[in-house]
Amino acid sequence: MARAVGTLDRQGDVVPASRRSVTALRGAGLLVALAVLVLVALLSVALGAKPIPLSEVVDVLVHRGTSNEAVVIWELRVPRTILGLAVGAALGLAGALMQALTRNPLADPGILGITAGAAAAVVVAIAFLGVTSLVSYVWFALVGAAAAAVVVYLLGSAGRGGATPVRLALAGTAISAALMAFIQSITLSHTDVFDEYRFWAVGSLAGRDETVLLQVWPFLLVGCLLALGLGGALNAVSLGDETGRALGAHLGRTRALGAVAITLLCGAATAAVGPVGFVGLTIPHIARAICGLDQRWVLAYSVVLGPTLLVAADVVGRLVARPGEVEVGIVTAVVGAPVFLALVRRRRIAQL
Amino acid sequence: MTVVTAQHADPRLPGRALCVGGLSFRLRARTVAVCLGLALLALVGAAVTLSTGDYPIPLPDVVRALVGDGSQASTFIVVTLRLPRLLTALLVGAALGLGGAVFQSLTRNPLGSPDIVGFTTGAASGALVALLIVKAGPAGVASAAVGGGLATALLVYVLAWKRGVQGYRLVLVGIGVSALLTSVNSYLLTRADVVDAQYAAAWLTGSLNGRGWEHVGPVAAALAVLVPALLLLGRRLRMLEMGDDVAKALGVPVERSRLALIVLAVGVTAVATASAGPVAFVALAAPQLARRLTGEPGVGLVSSALMGSCVLVFSDLAAQRLLAPTQLPVGVMTGAVGGVYLAWLLAREWRSGRS
Amino acid sequence: MTRHGETSRLWAEQLTLGYDGRIVADGLDAVIPDGSFTVIIGPNACGKSTLLRALARTLRPTRGAVYLDGQTISSYSTKEVARRLGLLPQSPIAPDGITVADLVARGRYPHQRLLRQWSRDDEVAVAEAMAATGVAELADRFVDELSGGQRQRVWLAMALAQQTSLLLLDEPTTYLDIAHQIEVLDLCADLHERQGRTLVAVLHDLNQAARYATHLVVMRDGAIVASGPPSQVLTAELVERVFDLPCRVIADPEAGTPLVVPASRRARVATEPAAGQAAS
Repeated sequence: MARAVGTLDRQGDVVPASRRSVTALRGAGLLVALAVLVLVALLSVALGAKPIPLSEVVDVLVHRGTSNEAVVIWELRVPRTILGLAVGAALGLAGALMQALTRNPLADPGILGITAGAAAAVVVAIAFLGVTSLVSYVWFALVGAAAAAVVVYLLGSAGRGGATPVRLALAGTAISAALMAFIQSITLSHTDVFDEYRFWAVGSLAGRDETVLLQVWPFLLVGCLLALGLGGALNAVSLGDETGRALGAHLGRTRALGAVAITLLCGAATAAVGPVGFVGLTIPHIARAICGLDQRWVLAYSVVLGPTLLVAADVVGRLVARPGEVEVGIVTAVVGAPVFLALVRRRRIAQL
Repeated sequence: MTVVTAQHADPRLPGRALCVGGLSFRLRARTVAVCLGLALLALVGAAVTLSTGDYPIPLPDVVRALVGDGSQASTFIVVTLRLPRLLTALLVGAALGLGGAVFQSLTRNPLGSPDIVGFTTGAASGALVALLIVKAGPAGVASAAVGGGLATALLVYVLAWKRGVQGYRLVLVGIGVSALLTSVNSYLLTRADVVDAQYAAAWLTGSLNGRGWEHVGPVAAALAVLVPALLLLGRRLRMLEMGDDVAKALGVPVERSRLALIVLAVGVTAVATASAGPVAFVALAAPQLARRLTGEPGVGLVSSALMGSCVLVFSDLAAQRLLAPTQLPVGVMTGAVGGVYLAWLLAREWRSGRS
Repeated sequence: MTRHGETSRLWAEQLTLGYDGRIVADGLDAVIPDGSFTVIIGPNACGKSTLLRALARTLRPTRGAVYLDGQTISSYSTKEVARRLGLLPQSPIAPDGITVADLVARGRYPHQRLLRQWSRDDEVAVAEAMAATGVAELADRFVDELSGGQRQRVWLAMALAQQTSLLLLDEPTTYLDIAHQIEVLDLCADLHERQGRTLVAVLHDLNQAARYATHLVVMRDGAIVASGPPSQVLTAELVERVFDLPCRVIADPEAGTPLVVPASRRARVATEPAAGQAAS
């Protein structure tokens, strides 16, 4: 702690100077991150596979109209950007929650079986029910993600002691492996199913209009509110079981609610755009590198950094391979990993 | 030479000392029983593999064929077709179990596996490039896989090195590099022709199809060197589990031992990958399964290796017979068998109260 | 280098110690008199544990060297050092699911070879160590189920099982209640007096340090401020200078060693600078 001289506030209590300045610094950082996010969102609307001059973009945004450009911007880019923001925030938040709950740097939200469950449900839809529309996938994926998460959580909390980090991670890994085996047994023996599945499995914002967003936004919103509300409890839980209980945190309840939030957030996100693993896995580390271990700040930064990365990656994906595009699930890691690696080398990231 | 089983003066000390001449070892009864049980199980799996299939051959005939006394048909089927595949499964399974055990012990993380250093993902990248871009043959794909894996492991180690390798930084760098390569792999899989892509995806799950004697030889030779080296370092591995300070205080050269263990573990994994592709889940599951059976603290090398062999032998059996005549890649079954077995074992153990 | 060789087996010359580029101590010279019970004391973050770890060779000095039995400690093999010098570190990790007896038995590692992994000597050493620390009846329990104090005694037993003539202890009395603290310190005194071992311990409690140490090393801000027998070193002026604590030093009525008595609150408040300012 800095050897700063404190001052007295009106009640005569000492307010350490160091603590005030840390909070101010973090708040300022968050505002900067928000500004960057807004910029990235604007870029996402202004840039894309079809080049549209900036003046026209502004014109269309203000006046709407019915030109081709208006259609592209209002029917394609704006919903896509909004979906990207929502999904990015959800994944970042889910990842931060997951790592706080399991205290395992290798844990991404998918480890609760969510990704595998969603994928298995989509494969079933493609192979046995002949479903081919993206919009229909969403419902299947939601159900699959929820079902898998429930099984994993039940398995992880069997017996005394409840769902500890190690148990959840192991249970999730076991169930995910079984589900992946199921998926592969179908996709590797049916070429047509494989062809459909391999594009969904990469994670993409393409072709998702506002219908998808309307399907998933309630889940995302509830999950988001739940997650942000758990910030304080997570701080206590991260200190270890005994200390956490001593601080009044309800361990079982926090874990259960956390698992629900993760399932809602990651399940809905995966259902909407397919599995995007990188965001949930690395954004929390980056957030912790910036703001330390206070979970409330980590969650706040994850909500902002997640969509920044995702939407920025989407923009890059749309520019790099014009007139086609590279899926966001692929570009996110290409864009984010070098940043992540540089950060890991430069700073000492606080251990979970 | 007398074999003396010395009863401990203090019966609460775990295991019994086994003294043979001037040598002495300490063995735990339960661990020995589990290892013997696993070896027996592998033998049963072997017997079933050799005697069943499209052409069922009764067990006595199998034995005769092995000894060299059987009919031409059974000798061909047993010795030329089934036996090398079985031996590959046994060896590769053991190698994967060992590699996983070492990484889980070093990282003190039950999710630890050779992919911590990005090996598995790098191997996949190498293989995909060879399969989809260069369109190489089996030998080329295997070498590309090993090359990719080793290059990635080296890259991760170098990137994590900053006046020594701090364990946590290694894990994070591994995550970053793996994620990057996963993207590359996804890109290749979605841009290639669907038939090629499906074939590549099958190779990536890990397969023992068509494995003959030309595979067994190199694998056995490589493992004959690497496995004893790993087992020799087993005691040091156990000391490292107590933290660097304690290990050093007890006389373990920490940095050197850790590096040697990582190199050897990557080595055995590379050998396994070269012959069967990146078989899913064995490296992760086998040590956990073995640990829960033996009840030993930390990870056990021998039991993990034996468990790996068992899992792979039975998975291959299922892969070949379950959906006959369709042959699934063995990696599909390791996920299913390993995943279900681990889930069941976890449920049973947790319900009984011991975490 | 035998300048200290006649009176000391373990000493450090011109040590510069640090972590990740941050320097904790510079130009440190420390001599551990042979056959002594040396205690290192000092305020938080003064470098006591850092010095101890350097002496135990778990921390490599940026400059300078530590000498053991006349040679630099780095010239020995790690196992060779482990046979002469034992360390009880601050936050050891107990592997999941390990029993007490198993953990104590691991302390025998420096004396074991690949082909000679267990012998009568090992058994005896483990039994003696467990008896001395009072954990013999916990032998079958899992270490992660024990209380903090019990766990500390188990780790101490492991260090004892190593049977070294030099023993370094990093805050061995943490988590222990007062009775067990005295018990552990009495055990250390026994090891020192009856078995003739040289002990070096980092302690927080000044009065315990004064009572048990034959040689005191006082540190502040990475430098050694004073060293010598407690009766000579521990004065009120030193305590105030090093710990920022006004006090009186009287003779301990039981042992005759220096007893630090902090000044009463009223006395301290009266001598403090203007109220309304607090140092954090």
